[in-house]
Amino acid sequence: MAEITKSQLSGLTEPIWRIRLRLLRRSFIENWRLFREYPIGMIGLGIIAVFGLMAVAHPILMEYVWEPRVYDPVIGYDISILAHPSQPSSTHILGTDPLGRDVLSQLLYGTRFGFSLGISAALVSVIVSTSIGALSAYYGGIVDVFFMRLADVVIMLPFIAILIVLSALIEFNGLSLALVYGILVGFGGQTIVIKSQALSIKVKPYIEAARAAGGSDGHIIFTHLIPNLMPLSFLYMMFTVTGAVFAEAALSFFGLLNIRMSWGIMINTAQAAGYLLAGPEYLHLMLPAGLAITMLCSSFYMVGRALDEVVNPRLRQR
Amino acid sequence: MSQSSEPPINEKTLIEVKNLKKYFPVKSGILQRIRGWVKAVDDVSFVIEEGETLGLVGESGCGKTTLGRTMLRLVESTAGKVFFRGLNIFELSPQELKSMRRNLQIIFQDPYSSLDPSLAIGEQITEGLRIHSIGDREERREVLKELLHHVGLEDYHAKRYPHEFSGGQRQRIGIARALALRPVFIVCDEPVSALDVSIQAQILNLLKDLQRDFNLTYLFIAHNMGAIEHISDRVAVMYLGKIVELAPRDQLFKNPFHPYTQALMSAIPSADHHRHKQRIILAGDVPSPLDPPSGCRFHPRCPAAFKPCPIEEPPLKEISPGHWVACWLME
Repeated sequence: MAEITKSQLSGLTEPIWRIRLRLLRRSFIENWRLFREYPIGMIGLGIIAVFGLMAVAHPILMEYVWEPRVYDPVIGYDISILAHPSQPSSTHILGTDPLGRDVLSQLLYGTRFGFSLGISAALVSVIVSTSIGALSAYYGGIVDVFFMRLADVVIMLPFIAILIVLSALIEFNGLSLALVYGILVGFGGQTIVIKSQALSIKVKPYIEAARAAGGSDGHIIFTHLIPNLMPLSFLYMMFTVTGAVFAEAALSFFGLLNIRMSWGIMINTAQAAGYLLAGPEYLHLMLPAGLAITMLCSSFYMVGRALDEVVNPRLRQR
Repeated sequence: MSQSSEPPINEKTLIEVKNLKKYFPVKSGILQRIRGWVKAVDDVSFVIEEGETLGLVGESGCGKTTLGRTMLRLVESTAGKVFFRGLNIFELSPQELKSMRRNLQIIFQDPYSSLDPSLAIGEQITEGLRIHSIGDREERREVLKELLHHVGLEDYHAKRYPHEFSGGQRQRIGIARALALRPVFIVCDEPVSALDVSIQAQILNLLKDLQRDFNLTYLFIAHNMGAIEHISDRVAVMYLGKIVELAPRDQLFKNPFHPYTQALMSAIPSADHHRHKQRIILAGDVPSPLDPPSGCRFHPRCPAAFKPCPIEEPPLKEISPGHWVACWLME
């Protein structure tokens, strides 16, 4: 009996990070049960899983199956084929591009890039928007006014145009693009949404109870405010992934990114060599990349929509 | 307010509220100009003695909750003083205030929004201990166990989350959280009004038991006269930001003086047919605290209003030992 009591009360003896971890797992299981009821989310998750497999497959294929000289997504060249681009064949399932590189290899390589770009941009945006939203809701006043007006300005900016202008000033690679895009989104509309949620949490009596117990502002923000904002922040991460992948494709298409290979660059290559509208026999140059962009964007969007239903009690159908 | 109208102070005084005011600005327009003030608490003075329960009753929006929150400095006051054992709470430095908070706690009305849904209740109950770095983990665990038993919960509840509890249990958790720092004074802000009637009695009795065990002093805010009668030693009646009558419980319930108190009393439902009294129905609504009536604030609805009422505000005066009334009828 004594042991049972001990283990039952272990919540207070274990370090805070383990409590948080357990809490995360618990809410994850609970939310997963709700999430599963939305087919749209499950489809999105399925597509993401397929992309995940593709991203993992590329390094393995390069190591064990494909000859790097022939199949490298950037410097590979198949000398056994006389004229590039070539049609899909048994050696090159999706054919080769105008520079003699394997399209499938590029597609798989681009998946990895698209994923890491989208997720890092989403992380940046969510860190920015959650902290700014929480601070301006909690402190209000001039801090609030400043960040909200800034958000209004950022919302008005056309992101792609801004990124094109910025690319003249800084050389974008994957990381810096993720950073800039994440910051733009983080200071924009996302902050406003998170802040309005934070405002409704701020007036809850448990915040007041924490203050009555002597809790400092920092204590209240980190123990009560931000943990209760996380579900919403997580939802907005999903939407940022979509935007970041799209922005990357657009910038790559214009040839403004300093990256080795991506879906946008694949389309750019086809366009630069004049195959963009060359007819259905050259569709294999753009279609895989174009489809991949569409699918990845919509899959994260679908997951986001389903998550929205889960975390937003007003939308929950029960 | 004249000197004579202030309640006496003796060595048993725990809390002394002096001319406390809390006005909320009303802003409008693009420039957010201040158009007026809502006088939620307007020049209120009273004392609370060590170990007693002061009931505070009044209808919705009369400033009861604001008074409780202002006394604990959860909202900053507009004017006035609140002394805790002779120490003015409003003049404490942030450091002093933090340690003062250990003595002053609050129990909230809504058991659903008063607990953080993302934290295990064990963590929430011991939050104050962590904030004040009291004890190590082992000791805090012991304290938690003790607190849970005190409020009638079990050890294994510590790891559960608020949504797994009923309203009554949640209120018990809220009480345990308030008790964790071993406070001297607790503001009970309508702790039972959101609960089922059957649970209300349990919680009221729990509060009474805890008061005995921990030697607590309560400010018990409610609009339910039954709950007030059950738990209070003295009762203050509030109307539109002012205290209109303050008396020992039995005195107030047997012999209410102020017409507003009489109206409140007549509204208590009674199961006893023989005790059936004339129901006093007040005309009209509570006037806006933004623009309170002149003189006595109750005069537009008062069945006994006469000449001086709209002109001058009646002072709070002692009509019999311990029975304070603010009404021109006593003259």
